[in-house]
Amino acid sequence: MIKTLGLRKSFTTRHGTVDAVRGVDLTVDEGEIFGFLGPNGAGKTTTLRMLATLMKPDGGEASIAGVDLLQDPGEVRRRIGYVAQGGSTLDDSTAHEELVLQARLYGVSKSEARARTARILDSFQLTDYAERKCKTYSGGQRRRVDIALGIIHEPKVVFLDEPTTGLDPQSRAHMWDEVRRLRDEGMTIFITTHYLDEADALCDRISIMDNGAIVASGTPSALKKEISGDVVRVGVALPAAAAAALSGFSRVELHDDSVRLYVEDGATAIPLVIRALDSAGVALGTIELHRPSLDDVFLTKTGRSLREN
Amino acid sequence: MLRDTWLIFQHQFKALLRNPVWILVGVFQPVMYLLLFAPLLKPALGVQTNAEAYEIFVPGLLVLLAIFGGLFQGFGLISELRAGVIERSRVTPVSRLALLLGRSLRDTASLLAQAVIITLLALAFDLRVFIGNLLLAYLMLALISLMTSAVSYGVALAVKSEDALAPLMNTVAQPVLLLSGILLPLTYAPGWLQGIADWNPFSWAVNGVRALFRGDLGAPAVWQGLAIMAVLAALAVAWAARLFARSIR
Repeated sequence: MIKTLGLRKSFTTRHGTVDAVRGVDLTVDEGEIFGFLGPNGAGKTTTLRMLATLMKPDGGEASIAGVDLLQDPGEVRRRIGYVAQGGSTLDDSTAHEELVLQARLYGVSKSEARARTARILDSFQLTDYAERKCKTYSGGQRRRVDIALGIIHEPKVVFLDEPTTGLDPQSRAHMWDEVRRLRDEGMTIFITTHYLDEADALCDRISIMDNGAIVASGTPSALKKEISGDVVRVGVALPAAAAAALSGFSRVELHDDSVRLYVEDGATAIPLVIRALDSAGVALGTIELHRPSLDDVFLTKTGRSLREN
Repeated sequence: MLRDTWLIFQHQFKALLRNPVWILVGVFQPVMYLLLFAPLLKPALGVQTNAEAYEIFVPGLLVLLAIFGGLFQGFGLISELRAGVIERSRVTPVSRLALLLGRSLRDTASLLAQAVIITLLALAFDLRVFIGNLLLAYLMLALISLMTSAVSYGVALAVKSEDALAPLMNTVAQPVLLLSGILLPLTYAPGWLQGIADWNPFSWAVNGVRALFRGDLGAPAVWQGLAIMAVLAALAVAWAARLFARSIR
């Protein structure tokens, strides 16, 4: 659905040239939620704005929904939706007004635009507020209006730039449900986020971006597995005895009050650990499974923690 | 393109009507000029009747309104930029020219509404003007307004901040105003000042509108003013539409 090759963009500022995006290759498949994870300033938004025809790439190529981005940006615009990070409504206009206009700007007739607006307001649970001014909406409502505006023309691909930034946890969960619903309706969704949990919970596949380049790509679970595997921490009174009993595992670390095992898949390792300790007669205190987070992935790939940003 | 322009125009006009105070605010200052400044004119200009004084003063007032009304429209665009409305429009296949023209024509329509109110008030002060001439004068005002609002939108897109737009527009507007003979005809000016004013396109426009209000349809100032304003309006619209098309940030 989206394919890019060597996409580049630099900006000239007073202090010299900044390479914001330096050669991004990525493939997004139809019907998936694809996430761009990275700290602020990593080049996520710049990449997104290039793909959304708002900014001309300095180099590289891209095709979106079967159309070449550089050759025919006009046709790309018909096939994509874009929801900017900072919102897209004036305080004094109403959701209904904006949605009807937005649909009509895509060439939809007046009656069809009204019908679509009614449907979309209903599906985003905005019908009750549709005639009120946008400034009276809550943060979550206003963001839902932004997304409704981005998909009123039923695009094949929708780009969401940091869709949950600034939302409270409940609105955030609600927004995730909306995004999943759009995917289930057949849309391809490309989101950027700097929240680890969001990338983990929402995205089918992610690319981790840092300093203008992609440093890792894959499903969240594959990425975590690839990087560090799982950690099983076994709390015991006699760690040395436990370590001896668990010598069948490849990586065993001895600590004061525990033994740590680094394994591929913690869930299947736990029964084996218990059985091994049992048959060796070592009394087991506690056992816990620590799954690596995407932050561990980021740390391994870039040498920095995402949380520090 | 026409359909897009009409859609943007309608939407913008609706936004304007939500806040009907604009028409009162827009008319208040010119009415103050009519009531408090115009009475000085009869003796100052050495004319015989009120009607004559108004023939000279009302055209200047209307042109003034068109220039200033247009030049300050950029502020609305900056708040739209900030709210993300412009960026959202840019991702749609809407014509870039329509994004500008829909807005500028809205400004022109609201200016003409104000011009009609002021003309009607001036009629109460004995001003008399042929309807055909009046319509031509309104065409001139429409071209001025189209130009100045396009310039204002273009500058707003370029500077993207109210803090930069306000001083810039004021700096442009003041010499334009003084060199256009809007408040007093430049026939009273010394030669060197008239020479400079000849380079000010708005002084041609003011002369044209004055000729029309005088009933002098055949005066060269009429077609000269209209031609100059039409060319400048076209240039301003083309320039600002290009800025709408260019991706920013």
